[in-house]
Amino acid sequence: MNTALNLEAAWQPLCSAADLVANSGVVALAAGEQVALFYLPETEQKVFAIGNRDPKSGANVIGRGIVGHLQGELVIASPLYKQHYRLHDGGCLEYPDQQLPVWPVRLHGERVEILR
Amino acid sequence: MNSTAATTDKQRLIVVGNGMVGHHCVEQLLAGGALAHYRIEVFGEEAQRAYDRVHLSEYFGGRDAESLAMSAASLYEAEGLTLHLSAQVLEIDRAKREVVTAKGRFGYDKLVLATGSYPFVPPIDGAEGDSRLVYRTLDDLDGIRAAANGKRRGVVVGGGLLGLEAANALKSLGLEAHVVEFAPRLMPVQLDDFGGAALKQRIEDLGVGVHLSKATQSISAGSEYRYRMNFAGEDFLETDLIVFSAGIRPQDALARACGLELGPRGGININDQCLTSDEHIFAIGECAAWNGSIFGLVAPGYQMARLVAAQLCGQEGSPFLGADMSTKLKLLGVDVGSIGDAHGAMPGAKSYRYIDEATSSYRRLVVSADGKQVLGAVLVGDNSYYDTLLQYAQNGIKLPEDPASLIMPAGEGAPALGADALPDTATICSCHNVSKGAICSAIDGGCSDIAGVKACTKAATGCGGCAALLKQVVEHELTARGVEVDKSLCEHFAYTRQELYHFVRVENIESFEELLAKHGKGHVGCDICKPAVGSILASCWNKPIMNPALVPLQDTNDTFMANMQKNGTYSVVPRIPGGEITPEGLIAIGAVAKKYDLYTKITGGQRIDLFGAQLHELPEIWGELIAAGFETGHAYGKSLRTVKSCVGSTWCRYGVQDSVGMALLLEDRYKGLRSPHKIKFAVSGCTRECAEAQSKDIGVIATENGWNLYVCGNGGMRPRHAELFATDLDDATLVRYIDRVLMFYIRTADKLQRTSVWRESLEGGLAYLQDVVINDSLGLGDELEAQMQLVVDRYECEWANALKDEEKLKRFRTFVNEHGGDPDIHFVRERGQRRPARADELHLIPVTEETV
Repeated sequence: MNTALNLEAAWQPLCSAADLVANSGVVALAAGEQVALFYLPETEQKVFAIGNRDPKSGANVIGRGIVGHLQGELVIASPLYKQHYRLHDGGCLEYPDQQLPVWPVRLHGERVEILR
Repeated sequence: MNSTAATTDKQRLIVVGNGMVGHHCVEQLLAGGALAHYRIEVFGEEAQRAYDRVHLSEYFGGRDAESLAMSAASLYEAEGLTLHLSAQVLEIDRAKREVVTAKGRFGYDKLVLATGSYPFVPPIDGAEGDSRLVYRTLDDLDGIRAAANGKRRGVVVGGGLLGLEAANALKSLGLEAHVVEFAPRLMPVQLDDFGGAALKQRIEDLGVGVHLSKATQSISAGSEYRYRMNFAGEDFLETDLIVFSAGIRPQDALARACGLELGPRGGININDQCLTSDEHIFAIGECAAWNGSIFGLVAPGYQMARLVAAQLCGQEGSPFLGADMSTKLKLLGVDVGSIGDAHGAMPGAKSYRYIDEATSSYRRLVVSADGKQVLGAVLVGDNSYYDTLLQYAQNGIKLPEDPASLIMPAGEGAPALGADALPDTATICSCHNVSKGAICSAIDGGCSDIAGVKACTKAATGCGGCAALLKQVVEHELTARGVEVDKSLCEHFAYTRQELYHFVRVENIESFEELLAKHGKGHVGCDICKPAVGSILASCWNKPIMNPALVPLQDTNDTFMANMQKNGTYSVVPRIPGGEITPEGLIAIGAVAKKYDLYTKITGGQRIDLFGAQLHELPEIWGELIAAGFETGHAYGKSLRTVKSCVGSTWCRYGVQDSVGMALLLEDRYKGLRSPHKIKFAVSGCTRECAEAQSKDIGVIATENGWNLYVCGNGGMRPRHAELFATDLDDATLVRYIDRVLMFYIRTADKLQRTSVWRESLEGGLAYLQDVVINDSLGLGDELEAQMQLVVDRYECEWANALKDEEKLKRFRTFVNEHGGDPDIHFVRERGQRRPARADELHLIPVTEETV
């Protein structure tokens, strides 16, 4: 009971649902950290949060990539060198040593909330 | 010092004759690096540089001299190589080692004679003027065309290969054509009696008169037609003109006059190295006699040219030991093939024959006495048997149990000779002497498709006869290497871009979701299919790309309508049509660049690129540019980029048309056109070509009478010259042709395929494209123009459209929950401008510099 309450309290508001763009990405700052948010209304999870920094280029561009579905996984393609990262765990399809952070994220009414 | 020494060290090499073989020799010399050792002078008697004599009859089918040319004119502009046209060599002075022309004497250290042959005209009383035409050069064809003007009937004397080609030419000039042959059958050298009879039947069915066993004794005035040909006996035939094509004779007059040894039946005697009786003089092609024989086909000529070029470049080259005279042709649309010992002349040879009188088809297979090998074959009516039979004959492949099955009609289980049955030494392309082994090593060297193999080995780029076989070999070898020849776009669409385009058009599909639901797999797609389909939808319907349904399909450059650079910032390129800009425009761009501290650079397409803008700055920057009268330049899209131009007749003393005006017209018409890849145009105001139009997808060059249109060139990784497509067009026709070419490209090209690669992949090549666009052979002309007009009518500046819509502007925020830019982007100043900081420079930057 208490645990649930504590968890509930840890969800932090990030931005509004209207800031999201369907089937595409935007970027929000969470206490100085850049978080790419992808809104896929057709999926069960609906919103995904993943690190915005592309390890290959060092540029903060992941939020501007294209969403795709490859080898049974939802992925985001980096816009600079086109490598793919899994939205659910941040793993890279092409370079297993590259890993993006991911966070639990949810739509709560008109708000987008993140668990950090 | 060095260069002087090098110049004087160079030997002098002269090539006499600029026909197909002489040209091939020059090409091979250049490829072998001969210009490092020789200064080369080439003398051609004709006014045109080397052209494709094999396809001469197409000159009457709409092809001009330029399109028949064997190479771009620039080939002969190489430093150290000089081409003299309309320059007949009058004499060879072997003692002084000089050739004599009307322009003077030219010294040589090495001399290559490639003087070719001339048509043999039997001495017949009364043969003169239009009753004594020949068929060999472009000038001859102009003569025939002039003689045919307003006439009804034409006769060709000679029923051989060239005679039938000439009859085809007369037919395409609209004349009633007749062939008169001295022998009792057509193509007496290549065919036997049955074959000749089948060919005669087929040709007569086409409306061409065939007269065999006729010896023309004299020509006199006719009663119904201009001339009357009097044959031995009482027979005669009346006609308006007569073309002699009764065989060729080697052009050996120069050699004869300077005392070179000749063959027993004429021709310049050569040894296995193509060397004449003078150690400084080579002879190649139809003017040369090896072992007393003349080789009147292009492939052996090329073989000799390669051998001589190799020797002159200091390599060995394989000796010339005779040539296979097997040949396959389409004469008047009829397939004719002849392989090896077609007449079964070898001792003990046995024949199998297949005769089909219903369709006038004939096939003969000649096998060795022991029944184990193919010696020769004759084919009339269907050349699909040719490649297999030729491989059996050339490579001594053991015959199947039932040899007759090789010539039986297909569908009865004829054992086709698969590409895997060929040995590595099997010659696939005889024009360029490419073996199966060479093709395999090209594939091992990284070529992964037919176009690549063709580019790498030159196979199938000569007469093109081996194209089908090459395709088989390449596909077989690729499959053998585990390369799946799969044309699926990606895992979501098992179709090519062309097929998807077709679905979108035919089913009026306007969204990615609809296309995916009807023809794809899954419900998301990926970064391959989404932009490809986005581009197709834009090409077809030209809706603003910022519409909510289209946004997720775009690559980041299209999404944010700017070009992403390595540090995540964007560059901005306003359209500057034709490269023309007012001082006010320049100042406005300068003011924006200054205000946002953008790195500024002039592009190759005559416009200005502004670098270093962050996402949230793009709408403000574009607001100011649009207010100053600019619109988007689509530098981020697979779409029309620029129309480069020179100042043209307005300012330039050489200009013959208003090239800037035309560039503005074209850029205004095609701006915003989305295509499989980027498209660049240029317009030059005269033949000096300052706008470099021949390196563009669409190039336009002014002439005295209008515009010449060039298509499918590009710079980039693999530069390709654009090809001359049509000449002296008026403005309206020019635009119509460009509409059609571009829409046909959009309709049929593959994903991310530039026009050059698309053009090279078109079966039938440039002539096919001309046929589709100029002659409207597919009946698509009106449709293509209407589709282009829809795109033109729906044009709207995407940036102006986005700025009007708060919803769309929402996306142009670096962070949706904070103002300001990305704190990780750092610049340093260099040569007075900002540029991205390198990793090793980052520690120098004070952390307080960024203000939010």
